[in-house]
Amino acid sequence: MRNAPTETGPFWPRDLDWHPKALTPGYKTSVLRSPQKALLSLPNTLGEINGPLFGHNMIGEFDNDLLINFARPGETAIGERIIVHGYILDEHAKPVSNTLLEVWQPNAGGRYRHVKDGYAAAIDPNFGGFGRTLTDDDGYFAFRTIKPGPYPWPNNQNDWRPSHIHFSVFGPGFAQRLISQLYFEGDPHIALCPIVNTIKDPQAIDQLTAKLDMDNTIPMDARAYRFDIVLRGRRSTLFENRMEGN
Amino acid sequence: MRRFTDRLKETPSQTAGPYVHIGTTPGFIGIGGVYPADHGAVMVNESARGERITITGSIFDGAGAPLRDALLEIWQADANGLFNSRSERRGTADPGFSGWGRQPVDLETGIYRFETIKPGRVPYPDGRLQAPHVMFWIVARGINIGLHTRMYFGDEEAANAEDPVLARIEHKMRLPTLVAAADVSTYTFDIHLQGEKETVFFDI
Ligand SMILES: [Fe+2]
Repeated sequence: MRNAPTETGPFWPRDLDWHPKALTPGYKTSVLRSPQKALLSLPNTLGEINGPLFGHNMIGEFDNDLLINFARPGETAIGERIIVHGYILDEHAKPVSNTLLEVWQPNAGGRYRHVKDGYAAAIDPNFGGFGRTLTDDDGYFAFRTIKPGPYPWPNNQNDWRPSHIHFSVFGPGFAQRLISQLYFEGDPHIALCPIVNTIKDPQAIDQLTAKLDMDNTIPMDARAYRFDIVLRGRRSTLFENRMEGN
Repeated sequence: MRRFTDRLKETPSQTAGPYVHIGTTPGFIGIGGVYPADHGAVMVNESARGERITITGSIFDGAGAPLRDALLEIWQADANGLFNSRSERRGTADPGFSGWGRQPVDLETGIYRFETIKPGRVPYPDGRLQAPHVMFWIVARGINIGLHTRMYFGDEEAANAEDPVLARIEHKMRLPTLVAAADVSTYTFDIHLQGEKETVFFDI
C-alpha cells in the first residue's frame, strides 16, 4: 500500500520541545555556545534522508565488552558488573537494524581515561571506558561494562553528575544522528543534575533512565539494565510529492 | 495501512560533553589497542574519483574563543552527486569514497581539518540542482543537541546563486556564513555559534 520503500522517505520533524533547548543557563557552558537565532527549517533532501554505511567487518569481537576490551589478559575492569541491552527503534516502533551504537563512560570511581580529566579518583588500568556494536536484524544491542561512578564537575559550586553512559547512534539517515546519555533507575543525582535538567519533560528524562532488568540478570555474575533508544521515523510517502499523471 | 498517530517519542538529546573523544576518536587522545583506527578519520582512498580538497576551520563561541573540545562530522555526496548509503537509489556511489568523516578540533588550537573530495551536485526534492555542499554536524560540551549546518564552496558562485536552500535564507547578509573561502584546493570554513557572524544552523 506504499508507493516508496520506507528507507527513502523524509523524516518527521523533530519535536524540539522534547529535546533540550540550546540555551539552558543552569548548564553554564551553554550560555556562550547556544545559537541565538532561530534554526532555519529545511525539507529533507537526499543528503538528510541518506546516511553513511558501516559494515560488520569494522566491529571487533570484544568491542561491546568494556569489562575486558582494554584489560590485560585474564583481568577485568573494577566495578559493578552490568549488562546494558535493548532495542533501537524508530518512532513507528520499527527496528533500526545494522546501525552503529558507540558508548563511552568513566570508570567505577567516576574518572575518565582522558588527558583533560584531572579528577582525584584513580584510573583503572584495566578499563578503557568505550565500546561499540551494531544492532542485529531486530534492532537489538547489548554491551557489558561496569557501572560508572558519579563525578563532580565545574558548574555550580557542588554539582555532581549522576552515573551515566554517553552514547552515539546513527540510524540510516544523517538527520537521525543523535548523541545522548543513559542514566540509571533510582539515582538521586538525576533530579539534581543541571545537564539532565536541560530537559524539561519528566517523561523525556525517564526515557533516558535505564531500568533494572532482573529477568535478564545473570545469576552470580552481572545485573542487567534495559534501555531502548528511539530514533526519528520516516513519514508516509503515500500521497506526497506525487507528480500529476504518475 | 499504518496509522501515525501513536508515534513513540524520539530519545532526547544530551550534550556530548568534553570527553567525547573516548568513545568516538580514542586514537586522537592516545588510547590505542581497542580499535584499529579512529572511525571516520579517512574518507578517501587512492581510487576515489574527483578533486581532492581540504576543509579546515574553527568553531567560535559567543566570546570569540575557539572551542577546543568539539567534534565535527561531515556527510556529502561523491564527485558524481551520489551518496555512499544503503538508501541511495539513483546509482552506485564511488566505492573509493565513504562520504562520511569525523574529526575532533585540536585540543590546543581548536582547528579541525578534513581531507575529502569536492562533491557533485545533488537534486533538491523538486528536481532543481543544489550547489555542491557538505553537511556538517557539530557536538561539544555546552551544546545540548547536535547542530546541523552546510558548507558551500566560495568558488561556485553561479551554482550558489541558484541553490534552493540558500534561496530560503531571508536575511541575505547571513549567506556568507555558509560559504567557505577557497584557496586552490583548501577551503576555510569557520563556524560561529553566536554573534554578528552567527552561522545559519538548520532544523532538518
Ligand atoms: Fe560524562
